[in-house]
Amino acid sequence: MSTADIDVKHPLETDKPRFSVKKPEVRFDKQGEMPDDERVKRAMQNFVKDFGRTAAIYMESCIHCGMCAEACHFYVTTENPKYTPIWKLEPFKQAYKREYGPFAFFYRLLNLKPSVSVERLQEWQELIYDSCTVCGRCSLMCPMGIDIATLVSQARHGMFQAGLVPHELWAVAERAEREGSPLGATPKVFADRIEWLADDHEIDIPLDKDKADVLCAMSSIEIMKYPESIVATAKIMKHLGVDWTFRSDGYEATNFGLLSGNAAWQKDMSMKIINAAVACGAKTVILPECGHAYGALRWMGANIYGKPLPFKVQHIAEFMAENIQSGKLKVKKLDKSVTFHDPCQIVRRGGVIEAPRVVLNALGMELREMEPSAGTNWCCGGGGGVVTIHRADALRYKVFQLKMKQIEDTEAEVPVTTCANCRQTFDDGQAHFKWDKTMNSLLELVAENLVEED
Amino acid sequence: MELLDFARGPALMWAISIFVVGVLWRLTGVLFLRRKADLSAPRKPASWMGLRLIFLRSWPRREFVGATAFTEVLGYVFHIGFLVALFFYVPHVLFFTDIFRGVIGMNFKQVFGFAWPTMPGGLIFFFGAVTVAALIAVLVHRLISPVKRLISNFDDYFSWFVTFAPLVTGLLAYSHIGAPYQTLLALHILSVELLMVWFPFGKLMHAFTIFASRGSEGMQFERKGATL
Repeated sequence: MSTADIDVKHPLETDKPRFSVKKPEVRFDKQGEMPDDERVKRAMQNFVKDFGRTAAIYMESCIHCGMCAEACHFYVTTENPKYTPIWKLEPFKQAYKREYGPFAFFYRLLNLKPSVSVERLQEWQELIYDSCTVCGRCSLMCPMGIDIATLVSQARHGMFQAGLVPHELWAVAERAEREGSPLGATPKVFADRIEWLADDHEIDIPLDKDKADVLCAMSSIEIMKYPESIVATAKIMKHLGVDWTFRSDGYEATNFGLLSGNAAWQKDMSMKIINAAVACGAKTVILPECGHAYGALRWMGANIYGKPLPFKVQHIAEFMAENIQSGKLKVKKLDKSVTFHDPCQIVRRGGVIEAPRVVLNALGMELREMEPSAGTNWCCGGGGGVVTIHRADALRYKVFQLKMKQIEDTEAEVPVTTCANCRQTFDDGQAHFKWDKTMNSLLELVAENLVEED
Repeated sequence: MELLDFARGPALMWAISIFVVGVLWRLTGVLFLRRKADLSAPRKPASWMGLRLIFLRSWPRREFVGATAFTEVLGYVFHIGFLVALFFYVPHVLFFTDIFRGVIGMNFKQVFGFAWPTMPGGLIFFFGAVTVAALIAVLVHRLISPVKRLISNFDDYFSWFVTFAPLVTGLLAYSHIGAPYQTLLALHILSVELLMVWFPFGKLMHAFTIFASRGSEGMQFERKGATL
């Protein structure tokens, strides 16, 4: 597909509360021109391409107990067995056995596992993308210890190369690769926003400093939908007296290469931040309130770079907690009850479990934990790119009801999270259900309640 | 006693050979794959501590207990029942200690200072019967649970069958029901051989892979400080 086609076929809708394409009802869920058997071949080869020992062990270990279903919000809210997490990998399990496993030769020789059809893969597109937020709750349920979420990400590698990605997710990923941001937050747009926000809020927001100790990045959702987060970041940095900067060559933390399954684009997107940090000699890169952006750089960044990163990577909540604990960041006490929505990629899979709670505690808020909470909290339903996919809306709203109930049950006054993608999902769910609860940003909450030094 | 001779002779040799070669083939085929070093800065450098997941995951987390109790409890019942019958029934123990002597060249007792423990036949029969009942319940659950029915394939049903058959033939042989003892014993041995032959190719291999799989997830997650 030529670039001209892309703009005609996939015009982006950037004015709506969540980002997506215009006319999502006209679907282009199949990309590129290639024969069906070529699609199948690519899907299978790219699924196993980055397979190492660990993924192979996972593929060998499933006993079909079905318990993972009970951990999945898509299954629990619909009771439709096709949403059983391990079932989402069914054609890929077959491919693994046929192409890669220790008995692959015999499977092929005796045709015990027939080759997967393109129709089957198309059918599976909904299971690999629409109904999996890669939240990894199932990975904690599996009695064999199979990290199912990782395998779904591998399956997305196959689906992308086969040109079988949901229309909207493909379009935003392509846009991100071409323009530097999935949402139209190009370097110029970003610079304009910074200038406007700096004027409006009378605060210094450094951009493109040659040298800085700290490089901050933002997610495009924040840049376009929640620009207050940019101001909040600047306020906190100023409060702490940090030598920091944004860089127009590395500001976009979201990684739609990762979400859509294009490993090369994932690398391009990560390398921008890495190169920008190296260029300004940053000792620390601070990632914004964005779930997958954290995993992409904190846990995958060095492996993409090919060597250990020459800087520390922190999520903004970790950075705030660290400075609260060292006494540098001082915040006012708020006499309110709060509940915290744990973003899956930051908390469950990222390991940042205590930091947001340290921050809320410093704010003097009465924390009313959801049931379950922390590492086993339910996902908002919008992660993994799901919130971009229009045809998944009905399913996502169903899942969101689980989240609403959890929050209602705490009877807390203020719901807070530390992921802009979760926040976007909450805003969309709130509008859909005309719910009276609005999700808040931990970062903005802190910035609004800084103790001003005399 | 041609059938029994066959079961005890060439069939046993073939079954053991296929079992050993098959298990080694499948394990080495996976465990010797390359594993890229993780270059990210660990949150917890002692990632080997994550190996505790091998034990931890033996019971679901508090949040998951209710939803999976049926499968978990039945699973425990038939695994324990099967292992007790396998390892503590006197004729089985004689078989194992014979092999032990053949391989090591000394008696089990000479090496460890105590005899391989055994249980009375009646108690073994009880364990075997409970295991048969649990396996039937497991099969019924697989057939009526929409999730399990959907995700099940030939491996699931055949692995069930080769686990079930030695138990049933064993109970029949113990009780001398249905056919002459020698025939029942031959069928029992042949059913065990069928299990051994199928073992490396299907999901029964989880008896080995479970440690690698839990250990891998545990170490990866521990490194990140992620929830185990």
